Amino acid sequence: MSTHHLDARRLLCPMPVIKTQDTIKNLNNGDILSVVCTDPGAEHDIPAWCRINGHKVLDINHANHDITISIEVNGLGSTPSS
Amino acid sequence: MKGGKRHVVYDMNNRAAYKETSTTQKRKAVALISGGLDSMLATRLVMELGIHVEGINFFTGFCVEGHTHAIRKKDKTKPKRNNALWVAEQLGIKLHIVDVIEPYKSVVLNPKHGYGANMNPCLDCKGFMVGKAYEWIKENDFDFIITGEVMGQRPMSQRKDTMPVIQRESGAGDLLLRPLCAKKLPPTLPEREGWIDREKLLDLHGRSRKPQMALAEKYGFKDYAQPAGGCCFLTDANYTRKLTDLWGNRGTRDYELDDIMLLKVGRHLRPRSHFKLIISREEGESRFLEGYRKEFVHLKTISHGGPLALIDGDVNDNDLQLAARLVARYSQGRDADAVEIAIVDKQGISKNVTVNPIAVEDIPGDWIL
Repeated sequence: MSTHHLDARRLLCPMPVIKTQDTIKNLNNGDILSVVCTDPGAEHDIPAWCRINGHKVLDINHANHDITISIEVNGLGSTPSS
Repeated sequence: MKGGKRHVVYDMNNRAAYKETSTTQKRKAVALISGGLDSMLATRLVMELGIHVEGINFFTGFCVEGHTHAIRKKDKTKPKRNNALWVAEQLGIKLHIVDVIEPYKSVVLNPKHGYGANMNPCLDCKGFMVGKAYEWIKENDFDFIITGEVMGQRPMSQRKDTMPVIQRESGAGDLLLRPLCAKKLPPTLPEREGWIDREKLLDLHGRSRKPQMALAEKYGFKDYAQPAGGCCFLTDANYTRKLTDLWGNRGTRDYELDDIMLLKVGRHLRPRSHFKLIISREEGESRFLEGYRKEFVHLKTISHGGPLALIDGDVNDNDLQLAARLVARYSQGRDADAVEIAIVDKQGISKNVTVNPIAVEDIPGDWIL
């Protein structure tokens, strides 16, 4: 298991989703991907994409205008309760 | 090969080649998911017939997405969702989102079949997307393609005479199934081979939305995007005007993703042919435009609350003065005698100027794009 980072700041949706999708294609089950975005839409779209594709959103953090979404690859799609 | 009765399937795309398959193997289709109702219904219908379906959505750069507007405060009540993802989740299918920004340029710039009412190359666009889906099914070992097209629904791409053009020019041939109007069309390979029962497919036609709405009710679909699949900025007259202005003043018909994204954001004014101002209308737009401050000279009000503006073009001191007066007009100091503005170059070097906001009557209508 390893941790990876994706900077998707300034990108408007669906580009953060596409970048996340394309990055995860090259990761292994159990790897963690941390995606930083600025488009508020990403906060909804990336978890939606994870749910339908079987990845688990571990955490969503806000700092200033950055939204950081941590994803466990192939973590079976559940999302943290908020 | 899995067990079961073996038979041979004619491969439309290589008429000399045959593909051995099994009748017990679950067939797989990819559905073009726009986020609208029709593709959602078409997919649901085919899923009901025992086909494994996954969705595909192509991002051209011109796609209308709710969250593109979510950077504006006034749109915060709208759901910040990508409708294609929402549809996939409702259907319980995977969705593959594919970036086609670069290859799509040729469709926008040189459409073989021309444009619609604005700069929408609908027929070429549909052929392009089905062609990309066809490439995808070959790479991913899927059997056929589904779209939500309805004969007579759209003036360019969904006519009786143009629907075969899409089949032909995409290369998909009769691997392209339109479940909502299949009975109005010749049987496709999935129907002829008995992968799906043609009798269960539909014969919708025309512009009425009532049959689709009734079907949505039957399936329990609520809160779907309206209108069905109207998802491209190129059909928008205002957007098209800004794109045409961009090309006209650059002297070249080309674009990068940033160009077409910036056309979706802010108020655009062209006071001179050699430069344009992009002025934010909301805090969210200001934040978005700030991301471009290393690529454009930008202006920001100091003495009053106000917008952030980018200057697209090469400007002299007189131009900067005019730009500052325009930005002041759109600030909270619009009625003040003097507004202080910071002008910041691409290296971040700032100089402040004090200007009198330009009067509304001194802004010619044709400056506003």
